[in-house]
Amino acid sequence: MTEPEICPLGVDGVLVRFARVLTDEANSQALSFRTQIMHAGLPGVTEVASSLTSVRVGFDPQRTNRAEITQHIVDLLERPEKQDSGPRRLWRIPVAFGPNHAPQLVQAAELAGVTQEEAVKEITSQRVRVIALGFAPGQPYLGMLPPHWDIPRQSELTPQMPNGALVVAVRQLIIFAADAPTGWRHIGQTAFRVYQPDAPEPFAFNPGDTVEFCAVTDSELTALQNRTDTNGGATCKVLR
Amino acid sequence: MQGTALMPTLTIHSIGPGVTVQDLGRPGWTAQGLSTGGAADRLAILEAAALLGTPPQAGLEMMGFGGVFSTGTDTRIVLTGAHMQATIDDSPAPHNTTILLRAGQRLNIGGAKHGTFGYLSFAGGIQTDPVLESRSTHLTAGIGAVLQAGNTLPIGADSDTTSAPMRLTTDDRTTGGMIRVMPGPQTAFFSDTTKTTFAQTTFVRSPRGNRQGVRLDHHGAGFSLDGALNITSDLIVPGDIQMTGEGVPYVLLSECQTIGGYPRIGTVLPADLPKIAQAAPGTKLRFAFISLADADTTAVSDTTLLANLRKDCQPMIRDPHDIVDLLSYQLISGVTAGNDP
Repeated sequence: MTEPEICPLGVDGVLVRFARVLTDEANSQALSFRTQIMHAGLPGVTEVASSLTSVRVGFDPQRTNRAEITQHIVDLLERPEKQDSGPRRLWRIPVAFGPNHAPQLVQAAELAGVTQEEAVKEITSQRVRVIALGFAPGQPYLGMLPPHWDIPRQSELTPQMPNGALVVAVRQLIIFAADAPTGWRHIGQTAFRVYQPDAPEPFAFNPGDTVEFCAVTDSELTALQNRTDTNGGATCKVLR
Repeated sequence: MQGTALMPTLTIHSIGPGVTVQDLGRPGWTAQGLSTGGAADRLAILEAAALLGTPPQAGLEMMGFGGVFSTGTDTRIVLTGAHMQATIDDSPAPHNTTILLRAGQRLNIGGAKHGTFGYLSFAGGIQTDPVLESRSTHLTAGIGAVLQAGNTLPIGADSDTTSAPMRLTTDDRTTGGMIRVMPGPQTAFFSDTTKTTFAQTTFVRSPRGNRQGVRLDHHGAGFSLDGALNITSDLIVPGDIQMTGEGVPYVLLSECQTIGGYPRIGTVLPADLPKIAQAAPGTKLRFAFISLADADTTAVSDTTLLANLRKDCQPMIRDPHDIVDLLSYQLISGVTAGNDP
């Protein structure tokens, strides 16, 4: 493991960067370190946020300062990692892969060098982790898929990806949070909303959650889209 | 809306295109992809709180242009941030000064004379239902909406409509000038030559800007990284100066994304960020890199900032004969309402 870099990010924040390039290992380290910092309950810490490969520790300059926070961070980084760093929650989310709901599945499978059936099988047989949430509120970056899924974004943007779309690029999946343009390819559709501003818990995911996709037919998905008593038929199991 | 039936009402008779309810935002959701948001010029919310003797509260943020407003009850109000042409029933309504707005009077706020974001605050605050403990509209997150003519909003009652008017003199922050930049996690990715050129360049605030960020125009080449643009996306804070694919700088404001893939050359100090938010299109801006140690000396909590602003508020002097008496009487009794957070 390379030494994490400790950098300033704002006058009230310290960023710990585990790698400059996204790897599964760096993301795991960032997620466990976020948990470790949160559990440490350091005085004056206002927010602990993680991204793909880093963690920002925000602090109240009236209660502490950069030197103190940095010292705490260094101490925690030197402590041996806890064994108990597995995912806390497991989501199962229905996805339709029929042609009406997956306009670019054929193309994406071809780029990954697999058949359409193999693509669906690979995406539904593997558990993926919430690497980070961002770009739109609650929108998860899920990964990592096997190396042959390191397919580029398309250069032409899809003008409007529907809410709940499952899209793929660079060994990651996203469940789209809003009707927005993207260069990622549309390979499935969920009836799942990652962000519901008016709900008691507006954000479905936390960083580090695990997600499993299960295939449903187009008509099953339509039925799920019309139901108001479930968030797209998804289930969430607390593991620890 | 629960509990709002008994509350006084703010009526919007006409309104500019970019008026929203804003407070200091909703910190704490960065990991979930929701930025803090809140007022583009946070200082203006704190100034209003200092003048009105209240905790920081939700007011109206008016981007470039205000509107015509009235309330169903007497209440003190204050206009902070950008200087906007304002009248109450044809009498001028001064800036950075508490004013008593009587029930039914028409408060007419026009275009910004200096600055971009003007704020209208009420002693009782705007009392719309909070979402995640804030009343701030966050357009990109789908929380709240731009206000429209005909809307009414609940406001809190003012229990202190007879108190002496207060005034706050502030340093002008609408004319651009030198902006201090601290190093960030990607500053070292830029070459020394690029950083030197950046610090020597005079920028102009572009007409392209909103609550998410402000574009800066300049003559000459862009400010790119050597080699790959595909850096791994990382956490963003307001004030970060990001370079787009063409090397055009944007200074990010309160409603920016939480994570971004464009490289960032540094972070504008929170103390100087209001100057960016308030720079009108065409305003000249220069940037100076300062050391981390120097940057850290400027770190201040909202609580301290507000306490300092309260000390700077002074009673309006209405008559020269009152000066001596006002100074001794008001200053000894203090100017806070005693309900500081």
